[in-house]
Amino acid sequence: MPDARLSSIARECRVQIIRMLTHAGSGHPGGSLSVIDLVVSIMFGRIRHDPARPNWPERDRLILSKGHAVPAMYAAMARAGYFPDERLLTLRKLGSSLQGHPDRTALPGIEAATGSLGQGLSISLGLALGFRLGDKPNRVYCILGDGEIQEGQVWEAAMAGPKLGQPAHGVGNLTVILDKNRVQLDDFVTKILDLEPVVQKWQAFGWPVIEIDGHDFDQIGKALDQAQAHTGGPTFIVAHTVKGKGVSFMENNPEWHGKAPKPAEAITAIRELLGVSTPAWDDYLAKDRATAAIVAELSALDKK
Amino acid sequence: MPAKATRAAFGEALLELGARDDRIVSVDADLSKSTMTVSFAKKYPERAFNVGIAEQNAIGIAAGLALAGKVPFVCSFACFLAGRFETIRISVAYTNANVKLVGTHAGIAIGEDGYSQMGLEDIACLRALPNIPIVQPADEHETKQAVAYAIEHDGPLYLRLTRQNMEPVCPPDSRFRLGRWLTLNAGVDVTLVGSGGPIANCVAAAKMLAADGISAEVVNASSIKPLDEETLVASAGRTGHIVTVEDHSIAGGLGGAVAELLSEVLPTPHKRLGVQGFGESGDPKSLYAKHGLDPAGIASSVRKFLNR
Repeated sequence: MPDARLSSIARECRVQIIRMLTHAGSGHPGGSLSVIDLVVSIMFGRIRHDPARPNWPERDRLILSKGHAVPAMYAAMARAGYFPDERLLTLRKLGSSLQGHPDRTALPGIEAATGSLGQGLSISLGLALGFRLGDKPNRVYCILGDGEIQEGQVWEAAMAGPKLGQPAHGVGNLTVILDKNRVQLDDFVTKILDLEPVVQKWQAFGWPVIEIDGHDFDQIGKALDQAQAHTGGPTFIVAHTVKGKGVSFMENNPEWHGKAPKPAEAITAIRELLGVSTPAWDDYLAKDRATAAIVAELSALDKK
Repeated sequence: MPAKATRAAFGEALLELGARDDRIVSVDADLSKSTMTVSFAKKYPERAFNVGIAEQNAIGIAAGLALAGKVPFVCSFACFLAGRFETIRISVAYTNANVKLVGTHAGIAIGEDGYSQMGLEDIACLRALPNIPIVQPADEHETKQAVAYAIEHDGPLYLRLTRQNMEPVCPPDSRFRLGRWLTLNAGVDVTLVGSGGPIANCVAAAKMLAADGISAEVVNASSIKPLDEETLVASAGRTGHIVTVEDHSIAGGLGGAVAELLSEVLPTPHKRLGVQGFGESGDPKSLYAKHGLDPAGIASSVRKFLNR
């Protein structure tokens, strides 16, 4: 059964992703939309954190190794109360704490600088190990992209993960999720450098692997539970996702890896995300004042 | 004090300070017998991590350990660490992770192993990063102080160490401070700004020059980033001639840093001594002689520079 609460939060976040990227005029919608259901599942009800105290030492950590999808983090962070929604419109603007790729020093709640691909898993291993050494309860979540795992450092970390800290301090407090959206910047992953068999590769490196639909909240939740129950070492979840999920013209289209929508495209995208037909749109906006305001704001961008 | 490799002094300091501070952990990439973390690893096996021949992962794991409140020393040859520049740049520097990068086997003085194992561009690489201080201690005494300082320092730091034994040059009561240089020999005609491997040769060269009536000041530039601007500018003002001496590429190292600073603050005639081109196999003494980093070579460059 779909989780209505998570699904509703994810829908709001998708609208915010489209909104902020359109205001920014650049950025990465495809990967942000593929990963958002995973980010929402982790951030709402899963991790222990306190947006009012982002540096609380006992917080769990989420490392978005595929840092270009950080609009998904920003949307979820705003929704969780780390900062006001209005700040989303400063994305990629001079002086903003919402950098184009994650900057730990700029925004409390971002746990590491990522976006130079391939580095987040190593950092996550170190974090998990550090907590295990101190017998701390903190859990660590790391999200990788499928194009990203072409980076060699990922496989150095993959080799080390199940063995790190053993026997006394194995990193059973680490869950790694692959956002397998099948598309990278230049083209489909299979066309650039096929990664298959992905599951067998990670298994061969000693990782228990769980395969799920990365847009099914029930499956995501169960996989996260299963990973948490595996305390002997880290767990790898392969989440099959759709790049650009929720926006018809972005789905499975490499063109939308790193291009911001134009205001008119953004409004269409938002309408689709909210599941409203074109004829019903004006009536819908008359009732949903918040969305109407977002749409008005986007329309105004066109006139600038 | 007998001559001792600064990597050996580092290993001893880590063992000693590790007993007092359980935040200290080591991360190695199959070179712990060379980086000298091996004694620490023996005594504290649960705090020592050898992640195999995978330096990028070692650096990243160290960054994560730092973010979890540990004080990790990630150790390898200087060239292998700096060669993973992009990982240092993002996981350590931009993340501002409290990682202590320890690069041993600095310079051509490693000798026979040849160029691929020589740290010759590490300072040039890491100096470009905004928040990583670079420390190259001169001898055992200064190394132990520098390791203690590295632990106190909140933020990333790079410690550059030698494979070869280093003659003691710092007085036993001297104290390492970041951004402060120790004057080893006072002089009025020329300032030798030396660091690391050839520092004792600078002192020996000053003695040779004194016999020729040239008064050479020798400063120990153990803090390469930041430089000791006050000491450098005051000395340059007095002597009017600067010679930098280092076992590192002539481009982008201490000589480059000194030239950048003085060209803006007090333009001063400057001769850079360092390594030109790639290194090569050979015995360390002959290599220093070939590159003019031995006492006679330094003295001869100074004479030529001063036209005396």
